Amino acid sequence: MKTSIARKVLMALSGFFLLFFLLQHFIINFSSVISEDGFNSASHFMGTNPIIQYGLQPVLIFGVIFHLGMGIYLELQNNKARSVKYAMNKPSANASWMSRNMIYTGLMVMLFLGLHFYDFWIPEIKTKFIDGDMSGALNGVEGTRYFHELQHKFVDVWRVALYCLSFVFLSLHLLHGFQSAFQSVGFSHNRYTPIIKKLGNLYAVVVPLGFVFIALYHYVSQL
Amino acid sequence: MSEKGMNLTLKIWRQKNATSKGKIETYKVADISEHMSFLEMMDVLNEQLINEGQEPIAFDHDCREGICGMCSLHINGEAHGPDRGVTTCQLHMRMFNDGDTIYIEPFRAKAFPVIKDLIIDRTAFDRIQHAGGFVSVNTSGNTQDANALPIPKADADKAFDAATCIGCGACVASCKNASAMLYVSAKVSQFSLLPQGKVEAKDRVLNMVEQMDKEGFGNCTNTGACEVECPKGISLENIARMNSEYLKASITKEA
Repeated sequence: MKTSIARKVLMALSGFFLLFFLLQHFIINFSSVISEDGFNSASHFMGTNPIIQYGLQPVLIFGVIFHLGMGIYLELQNNKARSVKYAMNKPSANASWMSRNMIYTGLMVMLFLGLHFYDFWIPEIKTKFIDGDMSGALNGVEGTRYFHELQHKFVDVWRVALYCLSFVFLSLHLLHGFQSAFQSVGFSHNRYTPIIKKLGNLYAVVVPLGFVFIALYHYVSQL
Repeated sequence: MSEKGMNLTLKIWRQKNATSKGKIETYKVADISEHMSFLEMMDVLNEQLINEGQEPIAFDHDCREGICGMCSLHINGEAHGPDRGVTTCQLHMRMFNDGDTIYIEPFRAKAFPVIKDLIIDRTAFDRIQHAGGFVSVNTSGNTQDANALPIPKADADKAFDAATCIGCGACVASCKNASAMLYVSAKVSQFSLLPQGKVEAKDRVLNMVEQMDKEGFGNCTNTGACEVECPKGISLENIARMNSEYLKASITKEA
C-alpha cells in the first residue's frame, strides 16, 4: 500500500473484480430481454443466496469504495507531482483522451451509481434486511417482483436518457481501464497484449452498449 | 545560399534562480535556416541577446548528437518538440514554419526543480540509480569471455534496448502525472534481463522504486505518453516488467 506500484496493482485488482461483476450483472440484466421468468429467477437467486449476499456483496461494496477512494487519492497525488503547469501543453499528441480523463469518466460513473443506489440498492436492502421480506413477492404481481421493478425504472424518458449517458462514460472508462489493468499487474507479452487490447475494446463497447439496449428495449416496450 | 530563413516568435520561460518566480518572455528571431538544429536556433537568439547587453537564456546541452541526455526543453507542448525519436539537439528547424510562435519551457515536475531559465535539476534520477542501478561485481582486469555465459538473443536485445535510455527525463515531462516509471523500468530491465544483473534483481527493483517514490514523482496510469515522447523509443513493456518484478520481489522478500 505504501509504494506507487503496490497502489496501482491494487487499483488494477479492484478493477478486474469490477469488470467481472459488471459482466455477470450484464448477463443477468440481458436475460430480462429474453425471458421474464429467467430474469426473475436469476434475480431472486442473486438477491437471496447467502453466499452472494453475505460473502460477495461486502467484497463488491469494498471494491467500489476502494477503487473510487484510491482513484481520487492517486489523482490528488499525481497533481502534486507537477506543481507548476505548462503554459503550452499538447497532451493529445501522445496519449488518448480516455487514458487522460479516467478520474472524470470514473466520477461520472460513480454519480450514476448514486442514482442506482437510490433506485435499486437501498430499496432492496430495506425490503430484504430491514423489513425481512426475502420472498421476492409483490402485491398484485404474479411470480416475483424483479422484472416488474426493472420495467418500472424505464418508464421515465429522462431517467432512461441519464442511464444511457452514464454508460457512455463507463465505455470511455473501460476503453483505457481494461488493458491498463493488465499492464499494471505486470502482464505484457508481444503475442497476448494485442489480443488483450482488442478484447478490452470489445468489452468496453459491447457491455455498455448492451446495457443501453436493455434500457431502450424496456422503454420502447412500455410505450 | 541565399534562401530566405524563418522569422519566429519565441515564448521562453525565464527564471533567475531556483527560488525566484519565473515568467514567459517573448523574443523574436529572424532568418533562421531550416537546416539548423533547435539548439543552434537558441544559440542565435543568445548571441542576439548578448549583443543587446541582455542576459542569455540558460539551457542544458552537451554532446548535441542525441546520446548524452543533457538537452531537454518542452517545445510547443511536447518534450523534445514535435518530432519523434529525437532529442532537442536533433530537432531540426524544418519542423517549424515561417511566422510560427514557439513555446519553450523547462521539463515540469516537482522532482525536477528549475535551477535557472530552462535548466532543471535532474539529480533525482542519479539518486534512483544510486539506490540500485548497478551490478556489484569487480570488472577490472579479469574480464570473462563474453560467450562463457549463454544469453538468449531476445533477452539480450531487450536489455540493450532498455539500456539505450539516456535519462533525459522526457518521460517525466510528458507524463500527465510526472511519473518516472519509464526511466526507472528501463534501468531495472537493462540489468534484470541479463544473468549478471539477476543476482541483485530483487533488491534493485525494491530500492529503486522506493527512491523513485521518495523523490516525489507521480504514479503511472499507463497513458503511454512517455513511450511516444521518448527519444530512444523505450517500450512500455519495461514498465510491465518492473511491475511484475516488483510484485514478486515484495512478496518473496525475506524479513
